[in-house]
Amino acid sequence: MPAVLILGGLLAYPLLLGVWLSLTNSVLGTPGEFVGLKNYVDLVSDPVYRGAALFSIAYTFFAEIGKVSLGLILALIVNQKFLGYRLARAVMLMPYVAPTVLSALAWLWLFDPQFSAISWLLMKFHLIHSPINFIGSPLHAQISVIVVNIWRGLPYFAIGYLAGLQGINKDLLEAAAIDGASAWQSFWRITWPLLLPVTTILVSFSAIFTLTDFQLIWTITRGGPTDATQVFTTLAYQRAITGGSLGQGAAVAISPIVLMIVFAWFVVRSVREDRATV
Amino acid sequence: MSRTRALRIYIPLAFYAVFLLLPFYWMLVTAFKENQELLVTPNPFLIYHWTVEHVVNLLTQTRYLTWFGNTLLLSLGATLLSVAVSYITAYAIIRLRFPGSRTFGTAIFLAYIVPPAILFIPLATVLIQLHWFDKLWALVPIYATFLIPFCTWVLIGFLKSVPRELEEAARVDGASNLLIMWRIIFPIAIPGVITTAIFSFTLSWNEYLYALVYMSSPENKTVSVGMTSELISGDVFQWGQLMAGALIGIIPALLAYFFFAEYYVAGMSGSLKD
Repeated sequence: MPAVLILGGLLAYPLLLGVWLSLTNSVLGTPGEFVGLKNYVDLVSDPVYRGAALFSIAYTFFAEIGKVSLGLILALIVNQKFLGYRLARAVMLMPYVAPTVLSALAWLWLFDPQFSAISWLLMKFHLIHSPINFIGSPLHAQISVIVVNIWRGLPYFAIGYLAGLQGINKDLLEAAAIDGASAWQSFWRITWPLLLPVTTILVSFSAIFTLTDFQLIWTITRGGPTDATQVFTTLAYQRAITGGSLGQGAAVAISPIVLMIVFAWFVVRSVREDRATV
Repeated sequence: MSRTRALRIYIPLAFYAVFLLLPFYWMLVTAFKENQELLVTPNPFLIYHWTVEHVVNLLTQTRYLTWFGNTLLLSLGATLLSVAVSYITAYAIIRLRFPGSRTFGTAIFLAYIVPPAILFIPLATVLIQLHWFDKLWALVPIYATFLIPFCTWVLIGFLKSVPRELEEAARVDGASNLLIMWRIIFPIAIPGVITTAIFSFTLSWNEYLYALVYMSSPENKTVSVGMTSELISGDVFQWGQLMAGALIGIIPALLAYFFFAEYYVAGMSGSLKD
């Protein structure tokens, strides 16, 4: 079957080849020699790699928290029927649909140290006195790329939660209201527990791709300033493609796989449970 | 309208609208603003002097149109290949029930969650060996590696809901497997096919990493890659031109989405459900 050929040739084979490359000292154009775990040992004592690993995890952690909370709130809003709710549901997906690199370019321009429109607005309201250097200092840059990641991913969570909310039996909420439960109580006691399976699947799935995000960070900061926003993928790109050390780069790219397997396990398990219940 | 309703719905919604739409609005105002006004203006959110200069320069003095054409061809090619292969595969998994078809289904799902970020380095060496480096069409099978698992998974979900009786009736009437697959089941699976096609097209249109690494000549680049590597040179950013390019570059993805919004949302939920 053609699918087996394409998947085997262009997916399974590269995956194994990647593992092999990470065990060699290959540079662009030469096959290199087997060096065992040397690349991985080198990475452990490499401060840039350690910083990138740490920031990848922090980036994923904070972005997922933001996407879950803001996505859920948005879903709760558009789950109600109000004038223009259909339009709101359609338009809210735009950040997710638009090509990330192109919208990241708009963010880069919004983050301009001198001419940022966000700074202009905040100064107009006298919240700040001088323009914010959004991507100039390490901490600012880290916060900025996390915010953009939340911006891009929250529509996906909102759609997922919206589907989850519509699957909740209305009788349960009505019964709770009759028994005198406040909206706050029925949310935490009924809605949120029922949304937990959806949350697990959304977070695990999104975490796999947030942990290996490339385009957003590469467009906005290129991993800078001073490697502050370096993540697994940007570092792998720099080591392997810009620097030419394929072996080193492959080791960087493959290193988050343990975390990804954990998330993948959650996704596969949830999908299987889903199959069993439907 | 009651005040609580405004408080509970429209005010938070307004905050979301500002946050979610800000970059798009910013592209729009920047693309049609005179250069001088980009830096000195009483209010950056308004346009005082309109101009189409940025758009004209982008289309006449850069390779933007070539990149746009490349991305379009590439996305259509990858979509066509992936949807066709996926339909056949999904049909085989669902209807033929060959031994191990269930395991194969799970393997497909796993393949779909392997991110390109861990494959781009080894794939680069494969492309060099095949002498496919810097060849635009090479991206068609490359994109198929992430599109086929996705499309197959979604199509499996769709094909499951097609009643078996339909097929059995056709078989009793003497129809061959091939005839059943294309003449009987395919027309019913069209919503699923459209869903996967829309998704494949937008995913290909948005792809960046593979195109960035594997295409080096300026005339072989895609919109996203060309914009970030050729239009940004040094520290001087032509923001008017860049935002004009971003604005035009998001249109095909948005058109595909807005015309087929229901299919698109079905694909988003179908991608995780079975």
